[in-house]
Amino acid sequence: MPDATGLELIAGEIRDSAPGAVISTKHDRGRAEIEITPESVHPVVAMLKERGYTFLASLHGLDYWPDEPRLGVIYELLDMKTVDRISVKTRVTVENPTVASVIDLWSGADHPEREVFDMFGVVFEGHPDLRRILMPEDYEGHPQRRDFPVGGEEVIFTYNEKTMPGWTE
Amino acid sequence: MTPEVSDYRKQEESITLERLDHDPATGISSDLLTLNIGPHHPATHGVLRLIVTLEGEIVRDIKPVIGYVHTGIEKTAEQKAYWKVIPVIERMDYLSYYFNAMAYCGSVETLTGVEVPKRAQYLRVIHMELNRIMSHMVWLGTSALDLGAMSMFWYCFRERETILDLFEMSSGQRMHTRYFQVGGVMEDIPLGFEKKLRQFLKTMPSRADKFADLLENNEIVLQRLRGTCPLSEERLLDLGVTGPLLRAAGNPWDLRKTAPYSSYEDFNFKIPVGTVGDNYDRYRVRHAELYESVKIIEQALDGLPEGPYITEDRKYALPPRHELATSMEALIHHFKLVTEGFRVAEGEAYYPIESPRGELGCFIRSDGSSKPARVHMRDPSFVNLQATAEMCTDTYIADLIATLAMLDPVLGGIDR
Repeated sequence: MPDATGLELIAGEIRDSAPGAVISTKHDRGRAEIEITPESVHPVVAMLKERGYTFLASLHGLDYWPDEPRLGVIYELLDMKTVDRISVKTRVTVENPTVASVIDLWSGADHPEREVFDMFGVVFEGHPDLRRILMPEDYEGHPQRRDFPVGGEEVIFTYNEKTMPGWTE
Repeated sequence: MTPEVSDYRKQEESITLERLDHDPATGISSDLLTLNIGPHHPATHGVLRLIVTLEGEIVRDIKPVIGYVHTGIEKTAEQKAYWKVIPVIERMDYLSYYFNAMAYCGSVETLTGVEVPKRAQYLRVIHMELNRIMSHMVWLGTSALDLGAMSMFWYCFRERETILDLFEMSSGQRMHTRYFQVGGVMEDIPLGFEKKLRQFLKTMPSRADKFADLLENNEIVLQRLRGTCPLSEERLLDLGVTGPLLRAAGNPWDLRKTAPYSSYEDFNFKIPVGTVGDNYDRYRVRHAELYESVKIIEQALDGLPEGPYITEDRKYALPPRHELATSMEALIHHFKLVTEGFRVAEGEAYYPIESPRGELGCFIRSDGSSKPARVHMRDPSFVNLQATAEMCTDTYIADLIATLAMLDPVLGGIDR
């Protein structure tokens, strides 16, 4: 993880190459994080990859409900030479949940991006095969959103299979 | 360096793996067959479904379909107090439960700033490395079974049983032990644990030698592993693959060495690496890791420091039973912890560790309440699975089964 000064230097570099991209930087409990605008994800991440953060360790989503913009996508980047980690975060709204896909930078972003789409409904533009990955294909809704209710889904047993809508026909 | 080609493989060299197009002169045309493998197939090591496009015996395309054992553990974790999440988190990758708990506890400890006592760190290392051997035993047994070696399964499961007995001694459970707690471990190791563990450590290396003797002089195993389905280091890194698969391709990336956690810097061990990254290297790397894990456990047991096994900070760890009868403070802490749990200040943390399958990272977002607002596991199996298609394209379907075995995916971890 870069120290607080190193993080500011990286943020400065991003500001130079893409003005207006950096929203904030945070250095907290061993974690260096840069928050950027959703439009600038691809160029910023590509720049960091050039800079040495060549490994996409993790890509995951989260929901900041009830705060706006609600949905977050986090890229955990890793520099394997200096064993240095940096997190890039972007936040999008539920109404317009689009982020550019980074699958052209890392082929390994395929499954994680599909998972974020499945669980949060974030659309990754440029992903060649953006389908649900863990939930059934015909599932409605995005279960990891914070306003998605827990429970309440009927489970099919032999005693209620006749009354389950759309099951027997 | 290319591995030596056996006579059997030489015969196959006359067969071209190039795509056959319809040739009016010879009348040869190619038909593609789409074959569904799984989800209930013993060779897929769980409920993995592969849609394979075949041309004759040659694999042209693979599409993995997953999600059959998705149980929404990440969602469930958001409904529970921090310390009650540990039992559900352990059930993700059901072969490396200590690692799941370690990643989660490490992440919570980062957020709360709880200090883990040295003894607890060593006890964690002992259990994690035992778990690594146990996971590799299941992998070796089932993989050998896929390659047609029946007896390996029984031998490997014998060793696994010994380890499970040890887990039962220290925690009362054989699997999903809930032994790791935020700030340390649940209980100290009982009397007799050390003796039994030392006995196991003495026999394990010779048993591993015997496994190697059984497999590495076996013509069928060698033919099916050597030189099959290699993938270069660059491609593996691009695909996000970590763990033994990456090390088999020659990259000595291991978080225990590069970014030590839980006192791994105290121990002297080596990182086994391969050369070409074929299935044989993948087998060799994991097999060599068995010896290294034994070495780590021996050192941890010899240097096991005295002291508390869990943090003394009563805001995070339950007070000992005897204090409850005499101390009002202890009773209050106990009540608060059991009913509400501890609160964690707002923040985000990502804590990566080296699981038997690669980088296992736990991301937690806390919102100031006593329940996590988001728990995400970066499971190595989930990411590594993406490499299957690239490894197996334009090889024989038999090599696909061998590669899947050497990939060692655990579907509980993939689907979560």
